[in-house]
Amino acid sequence: MRGRGRVWWRLVVAGVHEAAAYRLALLGGLVANVTFGFLKYGILTATVAASGGVVAGYDAQVMSTYIWLSQGMLGSVNLFGRTDLSDRVKNGDVAVDFLRPLSVQAAACLHDIGRGLFALLPRGLPSVAIGALLVGIALPSSAAGYLLGAVSVLLAIAVSATTVYLVAVSGFWLVETRGLQVLYMVTSGFFAGLFVPVGLLPGWLQVAAYSTPFPAMMMYPVDVLSGRVAGWAAAGLVAAQLGWLLATVAVGAAMTVGGRRRLEVQGG
Amino acid sequence: MADTGVAAAPPAVRRDRWRPYRAVIGSRIRSQRAYRASFRMDLFSTGVIGLVELAEVLVLYRTVDALGGLDVHQILLVFGLADLGFSLASVVVGHVDELPKFIRSGTLDVFFLRPQPVLLQLITSELSLRRVSRALVGLAAFCVGLVTADVPATPRTAALLTMALVSATAISAAQYVTAGGLQFFLIEGREMTNSFVYGGRYAATQPAAVWSAPVRAVFGYVFPMAFCGYLPVLAVLGMPGPPGLPAWLAWCTPLAALWAWAAAMLCWRWGTRSYQGAGG
Repeated sequence: MRGRGRVWWRLVVAGVHEAAAYRLALLGGLVANVTFGFLKYGILTATVAASGGVVAGYDAQVMSTYIWLSQGMLGSVNLFGRTDLSDRVKNGDVAVDFLRPLSVQAAACLHDIGRGLFALLPRGLPSVAIGALLVGIALPSSAAGYLLGAVSVLLAIAVSATTVYLVAVSGFWLVETRGLQVLYMVTSGFFAGLFVPVGLLPGWLQVAAYSTPFPAMMMYPVDVLSGRVAGWAAAGLVAAQLGWLLATVAVGAAMTVGGRRRLEVQGG
Repeated sequence: MADTGVAAAPPAVRRDRWRPYRAVIGSRIRSQRAYRASFRMDLFSTGVIGLVELAEVLVLYRTVDALGGLDVHQILLVFGLADLGFSLASVVVGHVDELPKFIRSGTLDVFFLRPQPVLLQLITSELSLRRVSRALVGLAAFCVGLVTADVPATPRTAALLTMALVSATAISAAQYVTAGGLQFFLIEGREMTNSFVYGGRYAATQPAAVWSAPVRAVFGYVFPMAFCGYLPVLAVLGMPGPPGLPAWLAWCTPLAALWAWAAAMLCWRWGTRSYQGAGG
């Protein structure tokens, strides 16, 4: 068990190294995040102002916090649906992954988590800092708030990795997963609250959103960190994230086993 | 695939400059239609992208009557113009965004060997038909806006809107080409260009009055996205513009398109001139 823990840790570190290698990509991502942040800021604060200062529990300060935290997390969670693994499933390289003495699911997800964790430093923090300096944001008032927020961000990165893994391994049945990836991209952004907070959606769309793992990738940690949801309700959101993590890991494990049986590699 | 068609052409036909481009585009259209199920799925998915983007605008109007001086009917008109322009531009030149892939794999070098302009080859190397469904969403929004927003039915309106649609398409296409030119330097930093290609699309569908002064400078003039939908709609409805973006500028949309293309061609020239090949 100790040996396996070390291998898993190394996979996370490998993800960190991969993300750290492409410095220009990190800068490019930051520039894009901040530009979209300012565009979101204009239209969303205008919405808050036009509806009398508060809309769905968001005042100007909380809205600004939502914008910069969500922009900051964008580099760490996968809302595009594209993964290296889906290419490997399509071209058959995944057969080699199955030969290795470790779980394909754990390897793919931990690598993703490592990448996501690293991106918090060069993309997440500057994004939030720029927002805090230029327009002001609300942050937790207690150490417990920060701790719960940190756990929530970590869980969001993990849920994103284990969910996007499901898209990749559905390739065992579909072969070409591009259509599914595009569908994932559209729904994940909308339901994770990328452009509009989930709380602003009409009731039936909120129900639809909360029945997917997508809010757990961005909306929940932002709500916890911004203090829009506090106390036991915040702990409830973190518990929901944990639930989604367990569920996606379980489905992913079952699909990995089933997919391995279906996998047929031709040629040699 | 297309090269064989060109090589087989007799000398007399080869003088027809557009024949190779037509051959490539024809083959791309046929190839996309070959896998019907996959193509239908793509059409559906890109249509949903358009719908979600529209929903993201409409959702805000559930709680407010007007944003940046525009009500929901007027914003539909802005969204329709800007999104239709962007979608048409992505059908024709959207695949220029794949340039980093060609650069990294070294396949771009082939384009330099052919006796045709690289940009024209790249643009005509593909026609993204699946993006047509997204244009339909923009068109629908535009039509609903046109009927419900109390638009005066005059030749002036027709002139402004026609000019706006052509310019919006040209401006969006120019952003793709600008991004392409910069990709020669950025390669792995390609996300940076997303800020004005996709960020530009997002900006073009917004009422520019809500922007802060720096954003107004960047997306009003440097990347002239306010000219795609917002300014023409203001002029059609006879509304004044926010500080720094007066509504009469709507008559200058072709100038904005020219400026965007001048910047695009400069970036492209700069990029291709400094490209040294990826070896191989």
